Amino acid sequence: MIDVKHLTKWYGRVLAVDNISFEVAKGSVVGFLGPNGAGKSTTLKIMTCYMPPTRGSVTVDGLDVLSDSLEVRRRIGYMPESVPLYPEMRVGEYLRFRASLRDIPAKEQSAAVQRVGKRCWLSEPEDMTRRRLGDLSRGYKQRVGLAEVLLHDPPVLVLDEPTIGLDPGQIRAMRALITELGEDHTVILSSHILAEVEQTCSQIVIIQGGRLVAQGTPNELRQRVVGQGKVIAEIRGAESKQIAGAAGTLDNAARVDHSDHNGWTRLEVTTRGETDIRGDLYKLAHNNGWELRELRRATGSLEDFFVQVTYEQSMQQAG
Amino acid sequence: MGKIWTLARRELAGTFFSPLAWVVGALFLCACAFKFCPPPAFWSGSRDAFILVPHQQASLRGLFEMMGVAMVVAAPLLTMRLVAEEVRSGTVETLVTAPITDAQIILGKFAGVMGFYMALLASTVVFLVLMLIFATPDAGVVIMGYLGMLLLGAAFLAAGLFASTLTRYQLLAAVIGIGVVSLLGIFPGRLAPHLPAPLNQVAANLNAQAYLRDFARGMFDSRGLIYFLSLTAGFLFLSVKMLESKRWR
Repeated sequence: MIDVKHLTKWYGRVLAVDNISFEVAKGSVVGFLGPNGAGKSTTLKIMTCYMPPTRGSVTVDGLDVLSDSLEVRRRIGYMPESVPLYPEMRVGEYLRFRASLRDIPAKEQSAAVQRVGKRCWLSEPEDMTRRRLGDLSRGYKQRVGLAEVLLHDPPVLVLDEPTIGLDPGQIRAMRALITELGEDHTVILSSHILAEVEQTCSQIVIIQGGRLVAQGTPNELRQRVVGQGKVIAEIRGAESKQIAGAAGTLDNAARVDHSDHNGWTRLEVTTRGETDIRGDLYKLAHNNGWELRELRRATGSLEDFFVQVTYEQSMQQAG
Repeated sequence: MGKIWTLARRELAGTFFSPLAWVVGALFLCACAFKFCPPPAFWSGSRDAFILVPHQQASLRGLFEMMGVAMVVAAPLLTMRLVAEEVRSGTVETLVTAPITDAQIILGKFAGVMGFYMALLASTVVFLVLMLIFATPDAGVVIMGYLGMLLLGAAFLAAGLFASTLTRYQLLAAVIGIGVVSLLGIFPGRLAPHLPAPLNQVAANLNAQAYLRDFARGMFDSRGLIYFLSLTAGFLFLSVKMLESKRWR
């Protein structure tokens, strides 16, 4: 649906996006993840025809953002990061204004406004359509922005930080809505919060310093952390050091960290490669007559992975 | 066309919402009223500067000339927010990513502010009505005068709109706009008599007030028509190009 090829963007002498390529399949929800200033918004702005790329190309539904700009814009609903609105307009008035810019015939505009109002909690539980945009709270502005994007029911939704500034309840509702929208739309959302992307997206693209550092499904990325292999065990029956030392002699144990927990020794054993040493640890405890109360593989979180890749990148850049 | 209308309506509503537009409109009408009424008691200068002077022939010509001068300041003040405000608040991002062309955006904004300007001109009909009580003004002067004001207003507002595309700061847009409009509406008339041979002709031909004066005399001058229309088209074209170029920076 969306094809980004060798995308590069310079702002004057600042390189914001550096040779990024990725594809978004039709009907997927893609999370665009990166620390602040990584180039997420810039990429989205190029995708939505707000600004042209310096090099490279972006096509949406086979249409180039430069040569078929108007057609691309018809297929995209774009919610910018700050959700800019005209403060003097009323919610309903603004949505009708946007509807007519979006080629929705005058007769169908009221129906479209009602439909999105309902979907984005603007008409229920409280009717907000007569409120002035300038008087709305951040959460409501966000809802108006999202409602506007859904007016013409575009095949592609581009949402820049859709949950920023929302309270926890609203974030949950917004996530549910995005998941629901993902069923019949292609959604690209950017975020610097990993948990959010992990829950809502079927595909994740991580960028850092303008460069693409990883992409895949949340599971694929998680696997890459698990690949490191870490086993956690809690054992009692001997001195901590003795237990840790014994664990260190196991084949494939690369590193052993230990700590005390009310008389129990908690081991964190990092293994070499993909090997699983849980069995070896059990035998070790059994043979020594030690008590074993916990033994599990530490599943790496995406958080670890995210921090790992973005941190490594920034270290490389610094070095 | 429909989208230009949509944009124009929103712009017009936005203008009516801005206190500044009301202040500018009120000052514009005050300037006209000052010109129109008999000279105040403290006035020691020439009585020819006023329209309703006892024992003197009254003509609407002076009123149109006054409006022409007032527009040098009023037009850029009315147009300064058009694009600058969109850029500052970020709404330009939703505007230019909607399926509309930059030309439609500029034309919509221009049509919106022209709507406000026409309402302003319409309210000066008060003076015409007052005049009708005392005399029978020449129909040609009235019709041509208003046509001239419409053309001059279009050119000045287009220039102001162009100034608004240059910066995100409204005040700066107004200052630039007044500067640009002065080059057409103030300086040529003042400078023409003092310039050497070829330049004084250029200045005279650039003088917007001279063309307006012809209209205010009840004459239809095609040179004036072409002058104002080409200025309007030129500034609108430049505005579209400036808006386009924003994407490239």
